[in-house]
Amino acid sequence: MNFHSSPIIDQVGLEERAARLMKRSIKKSSKETALKLALNMIDLTTLEGQDTDGKVRQMCYKAMHPHDDLPDLPTVAAVCVYPTFVKTAKQALKGSKVKVASVATAFPAGQSTLDVKISDTRFAVSEGADEVDMVISRGRFLKGEYNYVFDEIAAVKEACGKARLKVILETGELSTLDNVRKASDIAILAGADFIKTSTGKIKPAATPAFTLCMLEACRDHYYKTGQMVGMKPAGGIRTAKDAIRNLVMVRETLGEAWLSNEWFRFGASSLANNIILQLEKIRTGNYHSMDYISID
Amino acid sequence: MAKKNTKIKASSNGSHNQNGTSHQDISLSVQKTYKLYIGGKFPRTESGRYYKLKNSKGKFVANMCRGSRKDFRMAVVAARKAQSSWAGRTAYNRSQILYRIAEMLEGRKEQFITELVELGSTTTAAKKEVQLSIDRLVYYAGWADKYQQIFSSVNPVASSHFNFSILEPMGVVSAFAPEELGLLGLVSIIAPAICGGNSIIILADEKLATPAISFAEVIHTSDVPGGVINILTGLRSELKGHFSSHMDVNAIVYTGDDKQDIIDIEHNAVKNLKRVRVYDLDWYSEAAQSPYMIMDLQETKTTWHPIAHDMTGGGGAY
Amino acid sequence: MSSINFNTTWQYAPAPESTDHIALKEQYELFINNKFIKPKEGKYFETLNPSTGKKIASIAEAGEADVDAAVKAARNAYNKVWSKMSGKDRGKYIYRIARLLQERAREFAVIESMDGGKPIRESRDIDIPLAAAHFFYYAGWADKLEYAFPNRQPKSMGVAGQVIPWNFPLLMAAWKIAPALATGNTIVIKPAETTPLTALKLAELIQEADLPPGVVNIVTGAGQTGAAIVNHPDIDKIAFTGSTGVGKIIQNAIAGTRKKATLELGGKAANIILEDAAIDQAVEGIINGIYFNQGHVCCAGSRLFVQEGVYDEVIRKLKARMETLIVGDPLDKNTDIGAINSKSQLGTIERYIQSGIDEGAEMYQSSCELPKTKGYWCRPTLFTNTSQSHKIVKEEIFGPVLAVQSFRTVEEVIQKANNTPYGLSAGVWTDKGSKIFRLTNKLRAGVIWANTYNKFDPTAPFGGFKESGFGREGGLHGLAAYLKI
Repeated sequence: MNFHSSPIIDQVGLEERAARLMKRSIKKSSKETALKLALNMIDLTTLEGQDTDGKVRQMCYKAMHPHDDLPDLPTVAAVCVYPTFVKTAKQALKGSKVKVASVATAFPAGQSTLDVKISDTRFAVSEGADEVDMVISRGRFLKGEYNYVFDEIAAVKEACGKARLKVILETGELSTLDNVRKASDIAILAGADFIKTSTGKIKPAATPAFTLCMLEACRDHYYKTGQMVGMKPAGGIRTAKDAIRNLVMVRETLGEAWLSNEWFRFGASSLANNIILQLEKIRTGNYHSMDYISID
Repeated sequence: MAKKNTKIKASSNGSHNQNGTSHQDISLSVQKTYKLYIGGKFPRTESGRYYKLKNSKGKFVANMCRGSRKDFRMAVVAARKAQSSWAGRTAYNRSQILYRIAEMLEGRKEQFITELVELGSTTTAAKKEVQLSIDRLVYYAGWADKYQQIFSSVNPVASSHFNFSILEPMGVVSAFAPEELGLLGLVSIIAPAICGGNSIIILADEKLATPAISFAEVIHTSDVPGGVINILTGLRSELKGHFSSHMDVNAIVYTGDDKQDIIDIEHNAVKNLKRVRVYDLDWYSEAAQSPYMIMDLQETKTTWHPIAHDMTGGGGAY
Repeated sequence: MSSINFNTTWQYAPAPESTDHIALKEQYELFINNKFIKPKEGKYFETLNPSTGKKIASIAEAGEADVDAAVKAARNAYNKVWSKMSGKDRGKYIYRIARLLQERAREFAVIESMDGGKPIRESRDIDIPLAAAHFFYYAGWADKLEYAFPNRQPKSMGVAGQVIPWNFPLLMAAWKIAPALATGNTIVIKPAETTPLTALKLAELIQEADLPPGVVNIVTGAGQTGAAIVNHPDIDKIAFTGSTGVGKIIQNAIAGTRKKATLELGGKAANIILEDAAIDQAVEGIINGIYFNQGHVCCAGSRLFVQEGVYDEVIRKLKARMETLIVGDPLDKNTDIGAINSKSQLGTIERYIQSGIDEGAEMYQSSCELPKTKGYWCRPTLFTNTSQSHKIVKEEIFGPVLAVQSFRTVEEVIQKANNTPYGLSAGVWTDKGSKIFRLTNKLRAGVIWANTYNKFDPTAPFGGFKESGFGREGGLHGLAAYLKI
């Protein structure tokens, strides 16, 4: 395939558009709605060398019970863990709607052979992962080996079976928006169910510019084919305000259909509690304290 | 070597006076018919009219074309056609062509001195005028590739954009040559206009028209593309309305201090917001040459373009 | 064809900017010699809030005698104080104005939006900060003028008469006042009759800055007041921003006088999208080009030219983007398009829209709701199937109405873009550098935005070719308008 024809992105123009979207002022009822929506879109994540079954189980409880003081609070969308914790998470989440997502393909650097990546993926799926978050081979991409990148994604997609595939571009390593757009197009055409900005290990990650660029790739694909692709900004989204700004970008780029966790996710660890902090403020009228919100 | 027109009285065709016939000449000298200079050609006026040019002592000099509105219109068409490619020449090239005009004028010094004297100038004054005209052309030849550097700007805007302002010629300029100094006055108006990439239609002063048309011959042999400089002869009173009201003329240069003329021209110029420049200068003086006279016939164009910047921190480590 | 539903379940709640910190008087007087004085004939007119149609305040109407008093004050201040003051001290006064304006920026932004109808997002983020930046920029020139004009010792002109429009009331005041003061002139300025409030608030700042009396005089009124300024014999310099029609009247009025003029007039800018452009950013540039400030912008990109290879994509995306524009209360922070400045301007726009329909162009308007107040509202509008001879393509509408044409080649679009008596601005969108320069060279316009649109900066000269006026405002080139060089 010829991947040299992805749309051109003017960085300054795109950043201006993103900055303008950031200026939307979301208040009162629209804020509360947005916060609950955002909470329900979170892939609550732990991806650390020091992760243990115990840590994962605690996080899973938090995923199902973000903050019991607030009635009618939704759960998060999923938890996101390494393949070795999929089984633990799956068991901990039994009976809930919270999905289990697993990173795979030699996350986060992706520096391994295709065989290893495929078996990594197959393992995660066999352990019960509902979703797989793969990383692309950035080195190959930057060398211009777009067909390699495409084929690799397609192969992982096949290994996923029924699990939904999120393709991590690692925006912070791609250097330009033109590259981010091109990588988005490759991932979408190779069968990604979601495109995702980052591993969370590299800065910058889910900046408004990167996210908008990728949302526009989703939109253009929809215009061309009528098919939806989901989007997951991950890395650096910590506050309720960041989350709401992302929702504004989704709303004004992709509209109603993408405003659910079926098609939009946040990859985050501390975001959920910040949203809860804001919801408590709305409920009580007082600025709240983290002393009253559980950290899991 | 300067070619010198040798003329005898030939009143039968009513066109020429006697002038400096050397007693050594054995053949009848050939008279020059003064025509217009439009689009790189020397046509007669389409109107077929003429006026008698007399010198300051009332002596007949020549029959000059009494240029018409239609001649002017043709000249504007020629000037418009020539202007953008003239402006598109490199500054270096325009500079060389202006210098070439000076070279050609230098070679024909004697002719112009003779013509100026014929019109009533003293020999000393005529020599000075021709010399200054040459110098003025050299002066503007030097400016052609420099004024842009002096008067352009890079503007440090407070956003991620590269922003610069450059000068562009206004386009087609109509002009009246000063009512004194038939060569120097003319050159002082033409040179800054074309130096800056404009094309010009200039009306020679009624009483000083012969050197103007002879100067057209200089231009014609100086690699100036046809239509860039157009020289008409005729009556200012008759043509000023057309010069100032033509809708395809971008700027008008008026020389002199006739209040009513200025008012009329400024009113006419409003029709298409022609830029009006009025000069009342001592054309011998230093003040009569400056890059600000080039600037008077330039527009400032400001261009914006985004500047991308680093998006990544140059990778990272796991 | 797949389309996107922007009518989402999740909607933005109203987010009005607070007005409790705004102090407005019921009645405003003329500002002459640093004092607020009543008009000699005792006449007042009303300034309305265009988003409600309700009166905000009564404004003094300056007659000839008032203008004369203002000119005398300015002349006196010029002769006795301002022309003798060092550039350094003039600069310090202008810096003071810049700082005071920054301090009270939010107040000015709110008043600007109340009086003129523009969205608070724009008055807050563009108009007021840029106005302050203009004062700041020109303040620094006051003691450096000889560096701007090599081999010259520039001199001030005297008394400047300035007449400004209603589309950027305070910003235009700053564009006029800052360079005039920096170059050592004194001022009589007339704000537009529908938007006088921020200029009168600026008068308060001038008092606070302790400018010498008479250096800046602000006279309010309509066309008659403007004519009194233009025709006053003791004015040396006229600076006008407004319509080409009025510009020509002014130029006729001062023909043969010693008054020098700079005119910043109308436009009908071509915004050109080439097939190798960054399309999404180009679409955003089209939106900024025509719907910024309700299209009340002389340099608005009101003629859109799209190369045929990307025509369908651009139009589709443009229409989608229009769906997300919010027309509403100018004081709401989420409003993209505020109120049309006046009832009469709304009438003009509506007549043009009707003429577009009558001439056979195809109209598209976004489906947004309009506020249910008695204000003046207009949906963002575009016309396709237009041709060069359509009135909506030829004439300046000064409203949120875009006329779209397609083209095939660069030669063709250059010809069409220049096929207008105007020459203020143009936009070019392509990723190819050499093509940008080919177009920017050939387009006959004073400001060219390449891969951007409607950007302004105090350091960047602004002004037109042809019937868009003459002279430049902004930057080093903007100084020349107020100096004898």
